[in-house]
Parts: sequence; structure tokens; C-alpha cells
Amino acid sequence: MAETEKVADLLPPRRHILGMEGAPREEIEALLDLSESYIEQNRQDDKKSSILRGRTLINVFFENSTRTRTSFELAGKRLGADVINMSVSSSAIKKGETLIDTAMTLNAMHPDVLTVRHADSGAVQLLSEKVTCSVLNAGDGSHEHPTQALLDALTIRRRRDTLERLTVAICGDIAHSRVARSNIYLLNTMGAKVRLVAPKTLLPAAIEKFGVDVHHRMEDGIRDADIIMMLRLQTERMQGSFVPSTREYFRFFGLDREKLAVAKPDALIMHPGPMNRGIEIDSELADDIDRSVIHEQVEMGVAVRMACLDLVTRNLSRNANGGDA
Amino acid sequence: MTGLTAYTNARLIDPASKTDVGGAVLIEGNKIIDWGPALFSDGAPENVRIVDCRGYCLAPGLIDMRVHLPEPGGEHKESFETASAAAAAGGVTSIVCLPDAETPIDNISVLEFIARRARETNIVKIYAYGTITRERDGGELSEFGILNEAGALAFTDGDRALADALVMRRALSYAATFGFLIIQHPEEPRLARNGQMSEGEMATRLGLAGIPAVAEVMMIERDLRLVELTGARYHAAHVSTAAAIDAVRSAKARGLPVTCDTAPHYFTLNDTAVMDYRTFTKVSPPLRDETDRLAVIEGVRDGTIDVIASDHRPQDQDSKRLPFLQAETGIVGLETLLPLTLALNHERDIPLIDLIGCLTVAPAGLLDMKEGKLEAGLPADFTIFDPDRDWTVEASALQSKSKNTPFDDYAVKGMAMCTVVGGRHVHSLLD
Repeated sequence: MAETEKVADLLPPRRHILGMEGAPREEIEALLDLSESYIEQNRQDDKKSSILRGRTLINVFFENSTRTRTSFELAGKRLGADVINMSVSSSAIKKGETLIDTAMTLNAMHPDVLTVRHADSGAVQLLSEKVTCSVLNAGDGSHEHPTQALLDALTIRRRRDTLERLTVAICGDIAHSRVARSNIYLLNTMGAKVRLVAPKTLLPAAIEKFGVDVHHRMEDGIRDADIIMMLRLQTERMQGSFVPSTREYFRFFGLDREKLAVAKPDALIMHPGPMNRGIEIDSELADDIDRSVIHEQVEMGVAVRMACLDLVTRNLSRNANGGDA
Repeated sequence: MTGLTAYTNARLIDPASKTDVGGAVLIEGNKIIDWGPALFSDGAPENVRIVDCRGYCLAPGLIDMRVHLPEPGGEHKESFETASAAAAAGGVTSIVCLPDAETPIDNISVLEFIARRARETNIVKIYAYGTITRERDGGELSEFGILNEAGALAFTDGDRALADALVMRRALSYAATFGFLIIQHPEEPRLARNGQMSEGEMATRLGLAGIPAVAEVMMIERDLRLVELTGARYHAAHVSTAAAIDAVRSAKARGLPVTCDTAPHYFTLNDTAVMDYRTFTKVSPPLRDETDRLAVIEGVRDGTIDVIASDHRPQDQDSKRLPFLQAETGIVGLETLLPLTLALNHERDIPLIDLIGCLTVAPAGLLDMKEGKLEAGLPADFTIFDPDRDWTVEASALQSKSKNTPFDDYAVKGMAMCTVVGGRHVHSLLD
């Protein structure tokens, strides 16, 4: 692992990874490089290393998630950490324990890293301010989901060598999407051209100030695109409140072969999962191994999370008294 | 001694008589007897207690027409005693309680409770509003006449907008029968639903649901039509947007009986202050963008905004140390009302006498209070302040029980040196 150490030494100290807003390009690149080494490890028969031996990782999920939690759990275990999963159901919160109480309680057990998901924007940052360990944001409200953006970037980079000057179209519910926000920040930092495609009800205010081109027709938004990222439409937003129906949504904003025809012939299709087949993406297209890299994204997710855990724990030992948040 | 006290060597500022002149005030017991530039110009008589104002400004006592006092039910956030101490420290001699505590002021017994607690506390004067609708639920009207006889100065549903147009029409119409003032929380609640902060770039960055600025003006514009229909006196609370101020400005030009106020945070901060999810900046209406902030300043300057009130809303730590979505709204403002308002003089050249008018005679006029003026025979309520005193707000040093201010460690200019209520010094750095 000598090479890995060399890479991490290039990284600035970072105690938490809360978002991609303001993350410097060198840091993203170094994290992606570090992730590459873990892809190989994950493909071995013996997937386990020991760099996190003795470390405790707690996955604290205030919002249900199987995929992301499993990915973090595997990442921790493959690095040799002790991993605990904690689902804080909404009923437990209703019993009166506040987020800060939970944070203080967990902190008293001396974990080294908390990965936290919460339904409220800003909740992970708030928690990170109250603990002495490292915190990885596993998704907070509509704010950020940094490891998703990193795994998307890793997936793209492995297929296209670079993100520079690629045209990436992000399509769907931008307004409520933390995946979209983290990707917009990261892709802009890495020199990609970002387009957004959505009906106006699913675009947040002033989004044009975030360095993106906004489109309302799929045919315009994905024309000559290198990458098409489809976002999940949350069930509760489908019927009548933001779009009239799933059928109408698919007709105008779902990705099918006909719409895809205007993109670059080798354009890649991505989706953070879980997919709503037939709503935002045509089922057959999602399974097309020539175009869809959806399963590759999941694989990259574990590697990226290993890299993030590696980074913050190295900095824990380097900066026992805390570093840059 | 005769019970006479002379406040000498003062810069007298009385917006009601447009006076800004050096002079003195003579009081006997709890009343003003005489005042003016000529008084004691040859020295004070011997049998009079002298308070040397050291050249500081002496103005009628400040009236804060928007104070949320959560007692009964929220004593852990603020009590009559702590609110009164905060008012006194801030130079405020009269506060008017919003009826939106846990127990809404929709019946006489609540007003009687407030009157009793005010007598027991006996620091500053405490007045109250009644609700427009029972339980503040936007349905049936409260007993305006009976509540008024028991002391309610005007009617408002506090931080809840009266959304139903028919109920608002009837409230205005019935209030007009007696000449009562109706105060609206101007925000279209369905448009603002789920919103956490002002809609815009910062809200998008933080991933917080936004409240569009038009939610304010559309409610005011609807109400103005009803004011035209009914002839009632209408007051829009804490206006915060350029469009709303324009709407009030043109309504005034048309001669409608319309007034409005704002709070210092709307001309001091904009929505970028929410950065890092600072829940102390969560207020209703939300902090708006810079264009709106500047429009509020211009609204004060040209008199479209009649009153500046703190919108004091104490919240304890448990209500604020939460994810932004879950945090309560509110800022404690009694102790920062004067210096933040004076900043409009120091930094924006709005005449001092106009600003003091927004804090004294203007709210008194709206609410038919006898206070707010320097006049022989009126209560000896006044605020002696140094307009140029530099100091730094420290949340932990506030008299309020709750410390929810976004102005912690904030440099301000202007300080209450002595607060006089009915001839008593309830706060003094002079003695």
C-alpha cells in the first residue's frame, strides 16, 4: 500500500467530508486516485486490509437507506474497521432525543468516524460541530451527498479518462436532489460542462447562478451530451404536486431510446439508484450494458467510500486535536 | 425635597413637536411638568433633585409595539421580569405583547393575567393586543369591543396570517365600527408552506425550501382591496420586501388608512446571514435578499414604514439547537432595537429625530397611547441615550432569558444610558 500512502500524503488535512462545495480540484483528484487502488482490492479474493484496524465506524442513518449504508459498511469492513450500523427511526426521535443529544451520546463511545444520513439539510454539519471524531456526510436533506458525486466522477473518469470538457446532463428532480447539488459542484470544479434538464417545478430558485445551462426539453438538454445522469423522482412528488402524473413525466422527461438518439453515440447513462423503471428511465435502457453504467457506479461507491474513510482517519492520527472541517 | 426632579444638560429630542434642542425636563412624581430649552437656563432651583444628562439625548420613552412574551406557558424562554429587564436595558419603556403565546389573548381573563403580572413586575409598562380570531384559528372573530375595554390596544393573530379573505373582510369591517386597528402578519401561508428561508441562491445552496418574496406583497395587496372596501385601519407587520413597501407607499398615496412597521433585522441582515444553517437567523418573515434590505431602509427614510419594532421573540437553546428545518423562528430584539435603528442614522444618514419618531410617537399614535411625547402632564417616561457610544453586543450578557440573537459579537453604536418609567430609573448608567 506504499503507493496509496503517497497519494494520501498529497491531501490536505480534512477531518470531515460534508460536501463538494468548495472542494479543491487537487483534493478531488487525489481522492479519485486513492479510490482507484481500492477498486483492485475489492476485486481480489481477499478483500480485506488492515489500515483501519482498531478504528470504529458507526453508520448513523436517520433516514432509511439500504444501498448507501451497505456500501459504507463494506467499505469500513474491508479496511479492517469495526463497523456498527445504527438506524435512528423517526419514532426514537419523537421520544424527545434531539440530534445533538444523539451526537453527544455517540461521541462518548469514542468512534473514529461517523457516517451520517439525515432527512434535514444541514443536520450532518450540525452534528459534526458537536463531536470530536470525523464525520462523513452520507446525504443530508436536499443539500449534499458528496460520496455519490465522487463515485459518479470515478465512474466517468474510468470510462473517459478525464472529466475535463465533457458535457454532463443531469435530468430530473434537481430541486430536491442532494445528488444534483454535489455533482454540480464537483463537475464544475473538474472542468466539465453541466446541463440541467427538468420541468420548472423541479428546478430550485437561482440555479442558473451555479454554473449550469438550464433546459426544459430533454431533446435540448441531452443533445451531444457525453454523460446523462438521471435522478430519481421521489414518490411523494410524482402525483399532482410537482408533476401531473408519472405517465406524463415519463413522456417528457423520462429517458428512452428515442430521446437518447440526440446524445453522443457513446453517451453513458448513469443513475444514483434506486431506479423507478418506466418513470425516469426506460427499463430496457437501464439494463443495456453498452450504455448504462449503473452497476459500475455501485461498485465505485465502495471504493470511493474506502478512500474517504482512509483519508479522514489518516488525518485523525495526524491531527489528534482536529483539523480543518 | 419636593418630589421634583430636573433632567438637565440634555439634548431634547421630541419627534411629536419636531424638537431637537439642548435643554431640560422637570418632572414631579411620575409626570412631566415642564420641559424645553429655556428651562433652568439660569440654573436649577435648590429644592430640585438634579440628574445631569451629560449632553446625551433625552427622548420620549421607546415603545416596542411587537414583543412576543411567552408567559404563561413559555416561562423557560422569557418571563415578565426578564422581558421587562431586557426592555429597560434597551431603553424601552413600553412594550406591547403579541397575543401569540401558548395561551392566545382571545378573552378577558388573559388580559387580566397580563395586567396583574405587569403590576407585579412593575419595571416597564406592558400592554397587549387581542387576537383577531378565537384561538387564532382564522375562523370566528374575537370580542373586539370587550377585549378593548379590558385593555387590548389593537387586534392581530400574531405570527399567523389571517388567510381567509371573507374572515378578513369581516374583521376589518367590524373593527371599523369601533375604529380599531387590525394588524396582519402579511404572508400568503399556502405559498409559504414548508418554506424555511427566503427563496433564492442561498436557499438553493443550503438545500432549504424557499419562501418567495411575493408571498408578502400578494397578501398585502389583497388586504388593501378589503381596506378600500371596508374603510378600516390596517397595519402590515414587519414588512421586509421592496414590493410590499411599494404597495404600502402607493396605498398611502391613495389616502388609505394603512401603516406598516419593520424590524431591525430586516434592514441589518440579508439572507446570506443564514449561511452555515445559523438558526438564530431563522425568522418569520424570512431575511430577504440585499435588494429588499435596501428597500426597507428607503422605506424608513421616506416614511412609508411608520414604525420600527423589535419583533422580540425569545427561543431557548432547545428550540434553536436543531437542524434548520426543525428550529423555531425568532430573534430577541429588545436590547438591540435602539442601536440597530441608530445605525440608519450613522450609516445611512436618516435623521435621528425621524428614527426616534419610529420608536415613540408613531407607535403611540397607531395604538392610541398617551405615551410617546414630551408634554406637560404626560407620564414621565423617557429614554436618555448616547447615540455615539460604541459597544459590542454579547449574547451572554443580554438581560433576556433567551439569548437567540444573530448579533452576538456584533459592533454597534448607541446605548441607552438611563431608562425612566413614570419617574423611576429602571436602568441607569448615569446614577
